Amino acid sequence: MSNEQSMRRVTAIRNGTVIDHVPSGQALRVLEMLGIAGETSVPVSLVMNVPSKKLGSKDIIKVEDRELTQTELDRLALVAPDAHVAIIRAYVVAEKLSINLGEEVVNVVRCTFSNCITTNSREPLAHRLRVVSRDPLHLRCHYCGRPQDLDELVKNAL
Amino acid sequence: MTGLITMDDLTNEEILDILDDAERLLPVAKGELYLPLLQGRIMGNLFFEPSTRTRMSFETAMKRLGGGVVNLGDVKTSSVVKGETLYDTIQMVDGYTDIIAMRHPRQGAAQYAQDAARVPILNGGDGAGNHPTQTMLDLFTIRQAHGKLDGLKVVLAGDLRYGRTVHSLSHALTRFGCELIFASPGLLRMPAEIVSDLQGHGANVTETEDLYGSINDADVVYMTRIQKERFADEDEYARCAGAYKLHAKHLADVKEDMIIMHPLPRVDEIHPSVDSTRHARYFEQAFNGVVARMALLCRLLGVAVPADVSSAGGAL
Repeated sequence: MSNEQSMRRVTAIRNGTVIDHVPSGQALRVLEMLGIAGETSVPVSLVMNVPSKKLGSKDIIKVEDRELTQTELDRLALVAPDAHVAIIRAYVVAEKLSINLGEEVVNVVRCTFSNCITTNSREPLAHRLRVVSRDPLHLRCHYCGRPQDLDELVKNAL
Repeated sequence: MTGLITMDDLTNEEILDILDDAERLLPVAKGELYLPLLQGRIMGNLFFEPSTRTRMSFETAMKRLGGGVVNLGDVKTSSVVKGETLYDTIQMVDGYTDIIAMRHPRQGAAQYAQDAARVPILNGGDGAGNHPTQTMLDLFTIRQAHGKLDGLKVVLAGDLRYGRTVHSLSHALTRFGCELIFASPGLLRMPAEIVSDLQGHGANVTETEDLYGSINDADVVYMTRIQKERFADEDEYARCAGAYKLHAKHLADVKEDMIIMHPLPRVDEIHPSVDSTRHARYFEQAFNGVVARMALLCRLLGVAVPADVSSAGGAL
């Protein structure tokens, strides 16, 4: 099945964001991380586990009438660092956004450890997670040093 | 080097240098010699949770070196109870002092304070996280007894799950190529993530519930208290608490130079009959907290410890 056929499983969108090359089975996690898993007023389409030349299989998400912000791209980096993000305007790709996972993830998510100093929301310093390895993704809190569970982390987006 | 938050802030060479400094400062720590290397410097003692040995030994260390100490005092009567953030407290104390020693119930608090402060922070324990100054005094005690750190066989026993002391120490011992035996009741095993971390760094680790069968060829036996406050179930605590009671009768076949250590306070995991054996080192270990912290204070404040301390110092 061609990439074009995969994309056509859901209709083209007029305006919004297409997130392609999401690792197979990760689409729901991506939506949760982006905060659009629950009630949302914009139409969201997704296909899961479609064939992909590059990945073997992949997920694709289309979010209508919404363009991802830099903060959302930073969150996306934690669950789908190699995804392709395209902003669609009037049915054409107006912009391709790149996802950058640096050496540290700053003020994107909160440490998942319940006794970390950063759980006090009044403490003003930045939330910082160090990227220990990229594939598989391992993060540790800069302050308490605890390894982060990605399933827990998606619930801690700032 | 800014502060000392975890043992990762020190290279092996720096650790050995600081232990050498501590060795030379022993007569000053014992009060046999007056050497005011830190005269005019002030240390802030910020203990947000109870401490006896760590707080007192920090204060003694600073005062033995001629420095001053300001204390946060009881957290219940300080501005912390009014809801002050750690950030604000640190900003204030940072302005009053040249160095801060702190203990905090939240893990990561020491690194957080270091990021907020201009003066160096000495981590005296953050939650179940790190306790590097304890590790330094433990390493000092081990080297004092064996003349070296590398290649020793060390049994760590008791509460390995929650004890921050054994977490920091096992990392440091791994860096010096020690063989580690973790002896604990099943419920209080060393966390798997720490064991795999240590193994990732090449550690030779054995886990067992059999303490008494592990001590005969050990160079160091490091006992810890089973912490009652960690258990929700009293019966479960009672079962674990009685797990190890090291008695002099267990020491018949141990190596002659084996030492028994304990970060104290102890409950009943070391019977008083052990105190009078040649193996008991826990009270010297507690004293070594002063000298290790003296060396660390000098290092973090950029003050060199003279090669010949006795000619640099004077009588008290």
